Amino acid sequence: MNKIWLIIQREYLTRVRSRAFILSTLLTPVAFGAFIGLQALFVTYKGGDAKHVVVLDEGNYIKTGIPDTREVRFSKAPANRNLDSLKNDVRAKKYDGILRLPPLANLSVKKQTLFYYSDDQLSPDIERTLSRKMEEKIRDFKIDSLHLDRKTLEELDTNVSLDPEPIDKEDKNASTLTSGVAVGISFFIGILMYIIVLMYGAMVMRSVMEEKTNRIVEVMMSSVRPFQLMLGKIIGSAGVGTTQLILWAILNTLVFIGVSAMVGVDAAATQPGMDGVANGVDASQAQELFPQIMDEIARQNWWYIVVVTILFFIGGYFLYASMFAALGSAVGDDMGEGQSLTFPVMLPIIVAFLIMTSVVMRAPNSPLAVFASLFPLFSPIVMPGRLAFDPPVWQVVLSVLILLGTAVFFVWLSGRIYRVGILMYGKKVTTKEIWKWLFYKG
Amino acid sequence: MILSVQNVVKTYGDYMAVNHVSLDVPKGSVFGMLGPNGAGKTSLIRMITTITAPDSGVIYLDGAKLHARSPEQIGYMPEERGLYKKMKVGEQLLYLGQLKGLSKVQARQEIEHWFTKFDIKDWWGKKVEDLSKGMQQKIQFIATVLHKPKLLILDEPFTGLDPINTNLIKDEIGQLNAAGTSIIFSTHRMEQVEEMCDHIVLINKGKNVLYGEVGAIKNEYKENLFRVEFQGEAPADFPDRWVVKDRKNHALTFQLENDDQSNDLLRHFIQKGARITRFEEILPSFNEIFIKRVGETE
Repeated sequence: MNKIWLIIQREYLTRVRSRAFILSTLLTPVAFGAFIGLQALFVTYKGGDAKHVVVLDEGNYIKTGIPDTREVRFSKAPANRNLDSLKNDVRAKKYDGILRLPPLANLSVKKQTLFYYSDDQLSPDIERTLSRKMEEKIRDFKIDSLHLDRKTLEELDTNVSLDPEPIDKEDKNASTLTSGVAVGISFFIGILMYIIVLMYGAMVMRSVMEEKTNRIVEVMMSSVRPFQLMLGKIIGSAGVGTTQLILWAILNTLVFIGVSAMVGVDAAATQPGMDGVANGVDASQAQELFPQIMDEIARQNWWYIVVVTILFFIGGYFLYASMFAALGSAVGDDMGEGQSLTFPVMLPIIVAFLIMTSVVMRAPNSPLAVFASLFPLFSPIVMPGRLAFDPPVWQVVLSVLILLGTAVFFVWLSGRIYRVGILMYGKKVTTKEIWKWLFYKG
Repeated sequence: MILSVQNVVKTYGDYMAVNHVSLDVPKGSVFGMLGPNGAGKTSLIRMITTITAPDSGVIYLDGAKLHARSPEQIGYMPEERGLYKKMKVGEQLLYLGQLKGLSKVQARQEIEHWFTKFDIKDWWGKKVEDLSKGMQQKIQFIATVLHKPKLLILDEPFTGLDPINTNLIKDEIGQLNAAGTSIIFSTHRMEQVEEMCDHIVLINKGKNVLYGEVGAIKNEYKENLFRVEFQGEAPADFPDRWVVKDRKNHALTFQLENDDQSNDLLRHFIQKGARITRFEEILPSFNEIFIKRVGETE
């Protein structure tokens, strides 16, 4: 036990103090900061000065003026001007472009083409602004021409929301946001597990290969049992991973706060798709939603989610890290061979991730989702993803038990491969051969 | 006996790497373990160092069956050896010493002792990858003997060593042996065996094919060859029972029926008036014994 502790310490300290660890731990938040900072800058980027557009209103839609926007300044062409003379104004740089509004064929047309004249490329931003403004103007024009009552029209629109109510389970008064928030949480946890297993599992493999290529492994073997060395490595690497994740959580939060303060972004502005009107949700609605979402996140049973997720993390990590360790011992110094053998180990992780993102998030209680959250090679990624959807407790307990049992079995199995592989030099290893190692004595 | 291997068998799948090997290593001896590549030396050593376990048979270290703490009494320098390249020399030796059962304080004291001895006191903070190959080998040796093992097992210890380090390590091995450490020395370099070992075992195809005290083995394999060097005329004739194996100017080599005829041979030369300048028995080299024995057991 004492020896395992020494191995864990060495593994942890040499890795945490290595240049690679320090660089990746510091550079990731820097990259993250640069990413959100630049994104905020680009989103608020105006694309130069506002365009000056002259509107040739042949259909006589426009009664009042058109309010300027951030991107476009509007002028209405005087009644005595025609297209050709306006083109000359554009050539003379008086305007950036001409927007011609032909008359409607009749009041019931559903589609109308407007024309924009300019030799400059029309940017998507401006195109969107122009068409949105003109849609409003044509709508107003139709309302007036048909003598409709604007107030009555507005009353026609009704905003519907769906509030799920429990029948028996009284403690579960979910709001309409619950499933959306659950999707968010499960995606976050699922992707975190995926990264942890892949990244730190591969770290264990590299560390095993390093000992084999350094030729120190036989020296080590004359002091400790192979199983002790393997287990020490797996636990030490878990420590390195945990340290890095905690540092990232802290640093990324600080960077996020810092960058937000610097460029003055609000949450909505960083999302280009969240352009209020286009999505039918305006900014004030988004601001109303935010506390509701936070409330919904806070309403989750976090103790349960965190504790169970940690169990899955431990089980999943040991399961996959031990397989990576066995692989590392079998391949030794041939990196290319290592890659071809890693694929079978990575495949279940990738499949689990796909099931989590495409099945669980749409149908969290479907048979496939239930199977995947019990099957031990998938469950470390799939079950934590399902937790926010509140799966039956017996499934969670069963899944944890299966996973932990399988993890213990795999650690044992990998130990048997490791003890032979680690001392094997200059021999091309086949899967058949690895299979034979399992049955070597002592 | 510091080590007693009794009827040990080790198989890997269908391949029998060690086939019922028995041998004893006397306390305080320098014991040579010889054999061609792939003979099973490393498999045997790995069982002695508890890296693997025998399929059957028993190994005793200093009178006790091998157990979990046995490795702390053994120092092993494998043929495939190395160090953690990115680790500092001092930390690395502390780590390896502690894994051999030393406390941190003991390990530190021992490291300082060896650093003083090799005059490398300022190496503590250096990374292994920044050291030359020869320097790394010194560290490797210190790592092997740091915990004062009763039994030192050196697998091809001099491969890759420059002559200066070879002598240095040879001296240290000699000193450790004089202080009571038993040494097993695995090699296929015969001149080193003759120079250093008092007992040997020859392993071929997993079997112990020759085993015993160096002098006794040489006697057993000798062919009663005697070489006479002299001045003046060689005697014209010899009794038929003495076969001339080699004839040079002023040097003749005879094969006698048995070695107690050597005085007769010498007397014959003196009686014939030759002036003897040198008279010796020619013992077989281990190289010859090795090739002969391996050939016989193929």
